[in-house]
Amino acid sequence: MATTKEQEYFSRLVEQLQRMTQRPVKIMEVCGTHTMAIAAAGIRQILPPEVELVSGPGCPVCVTADMDIDAFLDLATREDVTIATYGDMLRVPGTEGSLADIRAQGGRVQVVYSATEALQLARENPDREVVFLAVGFETTAPATAHALTVAQAEKINNFSIFNLHKMVPPALRALLADEETAVDGFILPGHVSAIIGEEPYRFVAEEFGRPGVIAGFEPVEIMAALVQLVTLLNRREARITNLYRHVVRPEGNRTALALLERVFQPANAIWRGLGEIPDSGLKLREELFPYDAEVKFGVTRKPVAKRTACRCGDVLKGLIKPPACPLFARKCTPEQPQGPCMVSAEGTCAAYYHYHRRDSDG
Amino acid sequence: MCLAVPGEIIKIYPDGYQADVNIMGNVKRVSIFLTPEAKVGDRVMVHAGQAISVIEREEAEAIEKLWEELLRHGND
Ligand code: SF4
Repeated sequence: MATTKEQEYFSRLVEQLQRMTQRPVKIMEVCGTHTMAIAAAGIRQILPPEVELVSGPGCPVCVTADMDIDAFLDLATREDVTIATYGDMLRVPGTEGSLADIRAQGGRVQVVYSATEALQLARENPDREVVFLAVGFETTAPATAHALTVAQAEKINNFSIFNLHKMVPPALRALLADEETAVDGFILPGHVSAIIGEEPYRFVAEEFGRPGVIAGFEPVEIMAALVQLVTLLNRREARITNLYRHVVRPEGNRTALALLERVFQPANAIWRGLGEIPDSGLKLREELFPYDAEVKFGVTRKPVAKRTACRCGDVLKGLIKPPACPLFARKCTPEQPQGPCMVSAEGTCAAYYHYHRRDSDG
Repeated sequence: MCLAVPGEIIKIYPDGYQADVNIMGNVKRVSIFLTPEAKVGDRVMVHAGQAISVIEREEAEAIEKLWEELLRHGND
């Protein structure tokens, strides 16, 4: 869909990158939408060999911990509960099956496109307990927060959320603190940034000396981000640049931030692959506990033993690329996913499966 | 999950919180609760039924200048 002008800039930026790359660099992208866009445009295949582009923990479904998956599957088997979920979560495998399996066995699982739609489901079914699987980063969390304030104002008491919301900057910090990861710079997520702005990434440059570029999702915008990152790396200059200025204000979306502040408080959260990350979750504030499905239904989480050879956790840290997983494209396919990185359309394994399964570089 | 698509606001409902947005020829009703500054004629980014940002026309037009700059700087 790119305009001719954009295609022209894209080619010129590719050439520029080839000319200017002086040494091996490892760039990480931390947004599932970038993962998909990069794979779809075949960007990895045209990069200079020195530029390695890895995907990080940018897919909210993928980073959901096994413990959490089992907990919401447990909830879904309750007689009185209807689960309202984004379609992406439907086939995520837990210890015993998925939401799709539960639905096939007569459980009530309904796909929704927004938190508002989930709330509407609760309004229309006063005799059911509607539990919304609230998954997503800062981009998605304000919509959940909004639905909750409406539920509170209208006293819709058969609505609650199973809260899986997470925040991106603390995960970046965890990745940077982990020496195994060794990333030189980041392509920062455009739409998360539309909410949080530029400031929350400052530590990436100031504490860890790595550059980051906030980028849009067109191939030309991704290529521009790469040129900017390599320019900064060549100059040994660590700072955060915003190349998505028409959508991302330096201060973010103040209304959304105020709403998040009103509804949530930071709390530790467990990420697949990364483990527990301090203050990376968004817990409901106490006055909203009645809308927290965990509190409402007394959910308990049990540790989950590793079930398969799935290496989704390593994929999410950028340590391996999907073809290095022994199950990739053999036992694990989008039809028979063995891990969440293959389930979600924007999971790195799914992106590799669809766009470059035949590559030798893996 | 963080996918957002651009569209143009063609109508704002009297409650002020909802708008009809033309997204590539399809008109969708979306919440503009998070973008109270949005006006008819504005372009917004829509994510999961919500407008999350009003697209700034001037910045959008300036983007080619940004790319030109990048093409120049790399030559250092
Ligand atoms: S290919 Fe499948 S099994 Fe392997 S890491 Fe990806 S999701 Fe897990």
